Amino acid sequence: MALLDIEAVSVSFQRPHGWFGYEQTYVIQNLDLSINEGEIVAVVGASGSGKSVLAQAIMGILPANARLEGRISYSGEPLTPDRQLHLRGDELMLIPQSVSYLDPLMKVGRQVEPVTRNSGRKRGFVTRSYMKKTEQELTERYHLPQGTAGKYPFELSGGMARRVLMATATSGQPKLIIADEPTPGIHPEVLAETMKQFRELANQGVGILWITHDVTTALTAADRIAVFYAGDNVETAQVHDFTGTGERLRHPYTKALWNALPQNGFQPLPGSQPLAGQEITTGCSFAPRCRAATVACTRERPQLRKIRGGEVRCFHVT
Amino acid sequence: MTGRNGWARFVGFKVLRLVSLLVGVSVLSFILMQFSPVDPIEAYIGGDMIRVSAEQRSLIEERWGMNESPTERLLTWGQALIQGDLGTSMIYRQPVADIIQERFMNSVALMAVAWLLSGIFGFALGVVAAMRRNSKLDRLICWYCYTLASTPVFWIALLLLMVFGVWLGWLPVGLGVPAGMSADQVTWGDRAIHMILPALTLSLTGVASIALHTRQKLTDVLESDYILFARARGERGFQLFRRHGFRHVVLPAITLQFASFSELFGGAVLAEQVFSYPGLGQATVQAGLRGDVPLLLGLVMCSAIFVFTGNMVADILYRMIDPRMKEELMS
Amino acid sequence: MKQTVERSSEQTTETSPVQKVKTTTQEVRYEINTGLLKAETGTGPTRQTRRRYAGVSNQRFRNPRQRAVIWGSLAVIWIVIVWLTGRLLPAGSTLTSLLDRNLSPTWAHPFGTDWLGRDMFMRTLKGLATSIQVGLLAACGGGLIALLLGLGAATIKAADRVISWIIDLFLSVPHLVSLVMLAFVFGGGLAGVAAAIALTHWPNLARIVRAEMIQLKSAEYIHISHKLGQSRLRIAVQHMLPHLVPQLFVGVLLIFPHAILHEAAITFLGLGLSPQQPAIGIILSESMRYLSAGMWWLAFFPGLALLLVVRAFDVLGNSLKTLTGTGNSREVR
Repeated sequence: MALLDIEAVSVSFQRPHGWFGYEQTYVIQNLDLSINEGEIVAVVGASGSGKSVLAQAIMGILPANARLEGRISYSGEPLTPDRQLHLRGDELMLIPQSVSYLDPLMKVGRQVEPVTRNSGRKRGFVTRSYMKKTEQELTERYHLPQGTAGKYPFELSGGMARRVLMATATSGQPKLIIADEPTPGIHPEVLAETMKQFRELANQGVGILWITHDVTTALTAADRIAVFYAGDNVETAQVHDFTGTGERLRHPYTKALWNALPQNGFQPLPGSQPLAGQEITTGCSFAPRCRAATVACTRERPQLRKIRGGEVRCFHVT
Repeated sequence: MTGRNGWARFVGFKVLRLVSLLVGVSVLSFILMQFSPVDPIEAYIGGDMIRVSAEQRSLIEERWGMNESPTERLLTWGQALIQGDLGTSMIYRQPVADIIQERFMNSVALMAVAWLLSGIFGFALGVVAAMRRNSKLDRLICWYCYTLASTPVFWIALLLLMVFGVWLGWLPVGLGVPAGMSADQVTWGDRAIHMILPALTLSLTGVASIALHTRQKLTDVLESDYILFARARGERGFQLFRRHGFRHVVLPAITLQFASFSELFGGAVLAEQVFSYPGLGQATVQAGLRGDVPLLLGLVMCSAIFVFTGNMVADILYRMIDPRMKEELMS
Repeated sequence: MKQTVERSSEQTTETSPVQKVKTTTQEVRYEINTGLLKAETGTGPTRQTRRRYAGVSNQRFRNPRQRAVIWGSLAVIWIVIVWLTGRLLPAGSTLTSLLDRNLSPTWAHPFGTDWLGRDMFMRTLKGLATSIQVGLLAACGGGLIALLLGLGAATIKAADRVISWIIDLFLSVPHLVSLVMLAFVFGGGLAGVAAAIALTHWPNLARIVRAEMIQLKSAEYIHISHKLGQSRLRIAVQHMLPHLVPQLFVGVLLIFPHAILHEAAITFLGLGLSPQQPAIGIILSESMRYLSAGMWWLAFFPGLALLLVVRAFDVLGNSLKTLTGTGNSREVR
């Protein structure tokens, strides 16, 4: 039984358009993904492929004009808004992208400590000893200098900020962590440390959904890689499939992605990801850029098939 | 603004501005009032005008310096002003400064109570409306505020007077103290009771702008990234507001309240008129009706100082939060 | 073409409508997300053609423009009705009729009658028409002054400091106090009151005009037009006017509610129109004498009517704000 199961999920937004109507824009279309306990799944895709929206959808914090279709299950039970409310901050944790997600007028220590009753917050006012406990944890576990808990977010340096953001998720007892772009432009040491911490958490049974656009880093610590394209999961591959020139990879986009990396030939694929559309597309969304596209590719949308230990959404895979 | 030097310069500028404004207001008002069709002597003497002979009239004119040219009159008035002499009121036959002093406390008490009440309630309403955006409660609050903003203050005053003063008879119909009582018998309680209805009027109408403003500001805050993350950590409802929302909206609200002294005074003028409350507002109306130029001038300047003080405090508050962040950013 | 609507309705039993969660809404998060989407270089093909869901409205999500149009039109209709009936009423409808004194509201006299037997309904309508007229004069006058001084301040540097100082001067005295003073100076009467109100309300609008002009002047496309050789007049008419006119129009319209309220206030205090003319302020100030006699309808209905008219102008102004996009309406494209 998977920890998190996402089935045929679509997320769309409604916006007023013109004078009297409104339009609906699909950001995620028919997504299928699953995460098991103790597994690190990296979701890789270009900006605009709908990754952050996925994180919001799982946590249940989509904007009011968003519509969610499909089914998300957590620990076998459907993840209703009610459940999301209870599990947020407790078992489901989010590691945000940057320090801008922290309250600029509040000290960091107070933002790191658990907030909900279930995750260990004491009733009533925060006592001094409690703050000290938070401070201790920050210094010991994350090797942050003394007094970090008393600083404001803008006073943190890049590396410190990363670790603090990490600390916000691990101060409780999470079961599923969604890390939204945790590794942009940071020092390799801090990067290695972050990977190590992810691994440690996974070994303890925590499921981690890791959202990133950095394939190389993802390969160092993840177990599985899900490749997103245009709001859709086009392939889910094991990490060890990413070798050589990508023969073991299944979807043409993944292969192109792999070969586009600097260390692998640096061959870009012409064209770019389509913009969010108002309607679920007919046919494969990658068809316009695919070299192996046929007429069948434009008529019907391929289903997710299991091939060689991974999943792929393509008609022509072997 | 760094340290003491910065503050000194800031205060200095403000004082300079105040003086220049006062000078401008007073000169302009003085000049304007010369054009008034109301004949001050007629206004002064009133109905007995017919019985005053031409000689007596010219004597009065001379006494009052009305034979001098406007510039001379302005200078005389200016000189007296600097020495602290605001002239004598024609209606009340007292020095203007005394009248203002007497009524000042009454008005300030009334306005202070209304200011506090409308500030607190307005803030609370705005917060509730934003936290429950688009719900029935929010729409009700918005409807209430928009309606209030279009309501004449004196009409609300009349309605309250009718309901509480006439029908229910709970509160007095007017004045600042019970009628017929000598000054030493009047207690604070009496004063307070007479102040309730005017204060209630002003509070009701003053709630609208701050509620709408707070609602907008809190809505903006609630759309920010850090609120999204806080919600992702399980915070919601009142806890979310207390931890993150409050400190982001409380300062703009207070700043707005301080900047609304102008409206407050205007409202007080009307409320005092309806309830015959002896404050600065009522004096202004009387001065305007009966052409009491010295009193009117004095009151105009007084109100200008009042509004200026409010704006200055708002400005200080606004700068205090800003450069602190800037300074910390640069450290 | 696949019918996506059917598809989603198939799954409605299993969908989790996120709106039901009782937490706060975040419409701008959406903006950021689509911002990311649009950040993709637009050379790729857009996914299939868009389909507009016109008319199928989600309960909680109505197009603000739609609402603005509806409410704005209703407001205009209401105002016009009030004004026309007030103007076109025969003069005899407010004559005294000592037989019908002090009547509380009945079908014949919806607003009751006063101590002279005059029908309050007719008096109120006439008073409202007067108020609207005064408001019109004041708003136009104020708008004109604001336009001239605002433009002057924005174009001529030297004039800017003087005019800004004058604006601060006018704003440093509470509206009502300066109105009292100006009414005293002008001596009352329709023109006097309108002039007084115009003089107290132009500063705010002038500030807006000035700010808008300054922003426009420093805009890049203005510079480019100038460099390309377009004459100043052409630039002014073609580029600046379309931005300025809506702001000015909405600004003038939004002076109306204040103008009417202040006119009523000044008249109430006794400084405005002569008691012969039926104006709401007069009606209300006269009603004060009869309140203790329990004639509540003398104050209630006229004030309520005034409230409705002022509110209508407010709604009209805000609707136009939404429709022309001069306000804070980020929600509509």
